[in-house]
Amino acid sequence: MALLQIAEPGRAAAPHQHRLAVGIDLGTTNSLVASVRSGLPTVLADAGGATLLPSVVHYAPDGMVIVGSEARVLALRDPQNTIASAKRLIGRAPADIAPGSLPYVIQPLGPSGVGVATRAGVKSPVDVAADVLRVLGQRAEAALGGPLVGAVITVPAYFDDAQRQATKDAAQQAGLTVLRLLNEPTAAAIAYGLDTASEGVYAVYDLGGGTFDVSLLRLERGVFEVLSTNGDSMLGGDDFDACLVRWFCSQEPAIEWDGRDAAALNAAARRAKESLSTGTAVTMACERHDGLLVQAHVTRAAFEVETKPLVERTLGPLRRALRDAGIKPDGIDGCVLVGGATRMPQVRQAVTDFFGRAPHTEIDPDQAVALGAAIQADQLAGNRAVGDAGLLLLDVCPLSLGIETMGGLAEKVIPRNTTVPTARAQEFTTFKDGQTAMAIHVVQGERELVSECRSLARFTLRGIPPMVAGAARIRVTFQIDADGLLSVSASEQTTGVQTHIEVKPSYGLGHDTVAQMLRSAIDSAESDAAARLLREAEVDARRLLDAVDGALGADESLLLPREQFAILCAMQDVADLLETCADGEAAEPAAQKALRDDLRRTTDALNAATTEFAARRMNARVRAVLSGRSLDEIAS
Amino acid sequence: MSVSVTPKAARQIRKALDQRGGGFGLRVAIKTSGCSGYAYALEFAETPSPDDLQFESEGVHLLVDAKSLPLVDGTELDWVREGLNEGFKFNNPNATANCGCGESFAV
Repeated sequence: MALLQIAEPGRAAAPHQHRLAVGIDLGTTNSLVASVRSGLPTVLADAGGATLLPSVVHYAPDGMVIVGSEARVLALRDPQNTIASAKRLIGRAPADIAPGSLPYVIQPLGPSGVGVATRAGVKSPVDVAADVLRVLGQRAEAALGGPLVGAVITVPAYFDDAQRQATKDAAQQAGLTVLRLLNEPTAAAIAYGLDTASEGVYAVYDLGGGTFDVSLLRLERGVFEVLSTNGDSMLGGDDFDACLVRWFCSQEPAIEWDGRDAAALNAAARRAKESLSTGTAVTMACERHDGLLVQAHVTRAAFEVETKPLVERTLGPLRRALRDAGIKPDGIDGCVLVGGATRMPQVRQAVTDFFGRAPHTEIDPDQAVALGAAIQADQLAGNRAVGDAGLLLLDVCPLSLGIETMGGLAEKVIPRNTTVPTARAQEFTTFKDGQTAMAIHVVQGERELVSECRSLARFTLRGIPPMVAGAARIRVTFQIDADGLLSVSASEQTTGVQTHIEVKPSYGLGHDTVAQMLRSAIDSAESDAAARLLREAEVDARRLLDAVDGALGADESLLLPREQFAILCAMQDVADLLETCADGEAAEPAAQKALRDDLRRTTDALNAATTEFAARRMNARVRAVLSGRSLDEIAS
Repeated sequence: MSVSVTPKAARQIRKALDQRGGGFGLRVAIKTSGCSGYAYALEFAETPSPDDLQFESEGVHLLVDAKSLPLVDGTELDWVREGLNEGFKFNNPNATANCGCGESFAV
């Protein structure tokens, strides 16, 4: 709270204007919008008083786009033109989607995206997300009474770059300015962190409609640091519905269901699941497309047995997140439950058993993320004085980023687990005399060889003034912004020529890929090191060959015939070995080491063979510089 | 109907008036248009105007215009130190919510 000072009459500062900013939880099943009003974050309701907006979009025959619960109702009648759970498709390739798992027609769109064929044309997940965001934006402007400065939109913690970019694109399409993308668990922690202001390590267990995320956050002096994240991007409340649908269908095997019933079955399962969170038994009823009404009695106990594997699937990521952060379950100061699916008693019980303590549930699990995003949006919009509950958010980059250097080696510029936003620079130089351009290949990964890392981008710095190898100074700067998007720039220090690239990878890394890349880096540490040393020896040898070659051309007259033969033989030996390196690509660390020893031996021999020649060249140079000049001239 | 100050606040107000070289007292005013609807303003006062209500608390003259009074009735003005900052703080029983920056409030 700001403190006031006394002003001269009529000179009191006008209070600042409130800038309208919202936090949006763009969920798989439901979306919400919240804003800080009168110092308190509140979820904004639509005209009918509903806060949850089902993330369902229906494309009507008259060209209307219907979003929300109306669309969810229409999903029963017209599932092919109604898109739900589009967030599962965002930034994904057709191969990632199990056939028959969705009631509408999926088709490839663009090089690596998917689209849904509707009567309004092929709709990409970005289009659908934009339709949902547009409705939320309009709702917020109506409720707050003015245009929005911007929005903070939440995404699952391990959405990759492509998915984050797609979310930003959707917001832009909906006419919203994205102040920042925020990880959902971090948003939930903000919602709780500010209210309770307690420091420590917290686990955020977010079981939403379509995604499961677990994050470990350390809250210290108002700073959130994400220690680790884990999860399953294909696990959520929807799977509990699907499980219940399978159980329901198996009760009466004689009755057949087809694609037209999928939406109705899901709706019936959702209703049954929701009432089982409070009641102990419910009658699940579903009408088939031909009007046949099927009913089944389901008890909470039966539901818990059926969904036990799903609940257990959440515990694996929970353990892995703890292991990554190096924390034992009892080292957690609290656990926060987020996502409507955490209302299920069996989920709460599982979390309580795992941590040995009851999780926090004070904030509505559906709203926590949106409320946290609203708080963040309020700050980013500048409605909070600097230093007043100044909340800093730190995330980490999951894998090292670097560039390719000679010999196909990866040189790390930003090591993994560096907190973002960050910027790091490193200087590189040219390899060949007179080199005027440099290809910058941006790679991501922990391995020593570029071929084992993931390629992110390539660009070329041109206009380097011709200089001898190693004289140019090229500064390569890596910058990761708060959203985790990378930009790389390279500039030559003497002339200032520079070039720049924004990395928006066409496909991203899922959590499993990251984990797998890390594992392979650890498993192959030994062979990587051997490979790196061999490559370095190769680069050295090649540089020596180039240098000798250049010298031979320049000062052939200084060579003794016998010497020339010896040098050419030695060069041939080195060149032969380089050839072996190039095509043999010795796979075993031992073979690589042998090859490297050979290389070293032959390059040493070449060095020895050229020593006298080099000395003569040096003398000749010195003579050329000194001859015909007086001592005074030289001394000055 | 009253507005009061704490002894600490009174000391600061007197100090501020001395440094300024005099004045009648302190005007507590309410301005509209802040984050939460209303915002406080503190000004030195030279002379009371006809719509002003006068209060005396801890030996300090306080002026509140009639329009603002319902919004600040019962308010106690305190002087607090928060970290490196120090300044006046309103303990206003009428405020139902304060905005994050504390400059404004709602009733």
